[in-house]
Amino acid sequence: MIEYFLKRPEKILNPLLEHMELVLITLLFSVALAAALTLLSLYVRKAGCVLNQLFAVLYGIPSLALFALLIPVTGLGTKTAVIVLVVYNQYLLLRNFLTGIGEVDPAVCEAAAGIGMTKMQVLLRVQLPLARKAIFAGIRLAVVSTIGIGTIASSINAGGLGDLLFDGLRTMNLVKILWGSFLSAGLAIVTNAVLKCVENAIDRKVQGQ
Amino acid sequence: MIAIEYQDIVKKYEGSQAYSVDHVSAQIREGEFITILGSSGCGKTTLLKMTNRLIDPTEGKIVLFGENIAQVDPVVVRRRMGYVIQQVGLFPHMTVEENIGIIPKLEGWDKERIHQRVTELLELVELKPDEYRTRYPSQLSGGQQQRIGLARALVTDPKIMLLDEPFGAIDAITRLNLQNELMRIHQGMNKTFLLVTHDINEAFRLGNRVMIMNEGKLLQFDTPANIIRHPADPFVETLIASTKEQERFWEGIL
Repeated sequence: MIEYFLKRPEKILNPLLEHMELVLITLLFSVALAAALTLLSLYVRKAGCVLNQLFAVLYGIPSLALFALLIPVTGLGTKTAVIVLVVYNQYLLLRNFLTGIGEVDPAVCEAAAGIGMTKMQVLLRVQLPLARKAIFAGIRLAVVSTIGIGTIASSINAGGLGDLLFDGLRTMNLVKILWGSFLSAGLAIVTNAVLKCVENAIDRKVQGQ
Repeated sequence: MIAIEYQDIVKKYEGSQAYSVDHVSAQIREGEFITILGSSGCGKTTLLKMTNRLIDPTEGKIVLFGENIAQVDPVVVRRRMGYVIQQVGLFPHMTVEENIGIIPKLEGWDKERIHQRVTELLELVELKPDEYRTRYPSQLSGGQQQRIGLARALVTDPKIMLLDEPFGAIDAITRLNLQNELMRIHQGMNKTFLLVTHDINEAFRLGNRVMIMNEGKLLQFDTPANIIRHPADPFVETLIASTKEQERFWEGIL
């Protein structure tokens, strides 16, 4: 295995970098969309319910099927992969965001409104900082899930570690299969640990207890 | 000068037959300390929350210093008033100084001015500024938390203070201390205080006039002495009789 890496490092590093790129792009779009949908749900209570249900249903569709469904619309490649991954993430993110915000002590929110904060100020200065645990948990979950499902995106030419895995499977090349598995699992574990550290650091900073 | 005027206020919640607040009219002069007394569900908290537009009345008009508040942005109305609630509602992720200084910060005061104001207020509520300003709410006792709640409400020097059972969750001895301090704070400035309570002793002790409410109606609004001498309603009579009964019980033990 090491030999294979030393001989053809780009065969392993390129898919890894592609995969990280795919995850990063997906994450940015996912969080932005989830933030917008959360805001919508806070102002229109019914929207939250409907969106949660909708994304739960979409989350239940197997990723391969969802990729296949989108190919006639958006074609092969990274674009389709990102769309599918973003949709999956909405289920994880929206639910965590809304639950986290909903669990903030109502007395604290009432006091915030009562002393004259606008709805947006209550959200940004009180609800979000107090819901950060749930928000971060959601993001961490989404990243790890994207790393996993992202391997399947290789089936629609989106590249990434899935290429290694599928190539290996097709040619019965154990070294490739192992590298693909190790790297995708390793990436998920390392990313999870790094995010956890960031989360704790922010926690310490925000809450000086 | 009339600070607060309730003009025929009605509040009816959707799907409910009964009135939460049933045609209440009253005038409160600037500098008065008014207590609103009633059991839970009598509409006293609803009336208070309509005063800073946390709730809007179904009918009627609330006029503050000559201005109909229905025509003012709720956020502006609230920033002109102090608001203290039973659960205190301090922000757990902010220090005492940040809790007290949040509205000034949002209004763009400079740091030095906020620092100065927080020092003044902590002295007013008798907490040593340098010891307490950097603490978090979780590091304070219930009584201390409510002192901070009071300081936070006073920070912009509002003309009107709304207090919703501020000492409801505080033990009897601390409550007595806080009541005394509240009276001291009220005497030191020409502010109008409006305090909601279900404790008749607190209502009669603090209020220079007391509003007695039951089932949404304002039954009597007068000085404590006048209410005791001339109860306007059988409910008020029962209320006073039950308090006297309690007094006899205490004397009987000795």
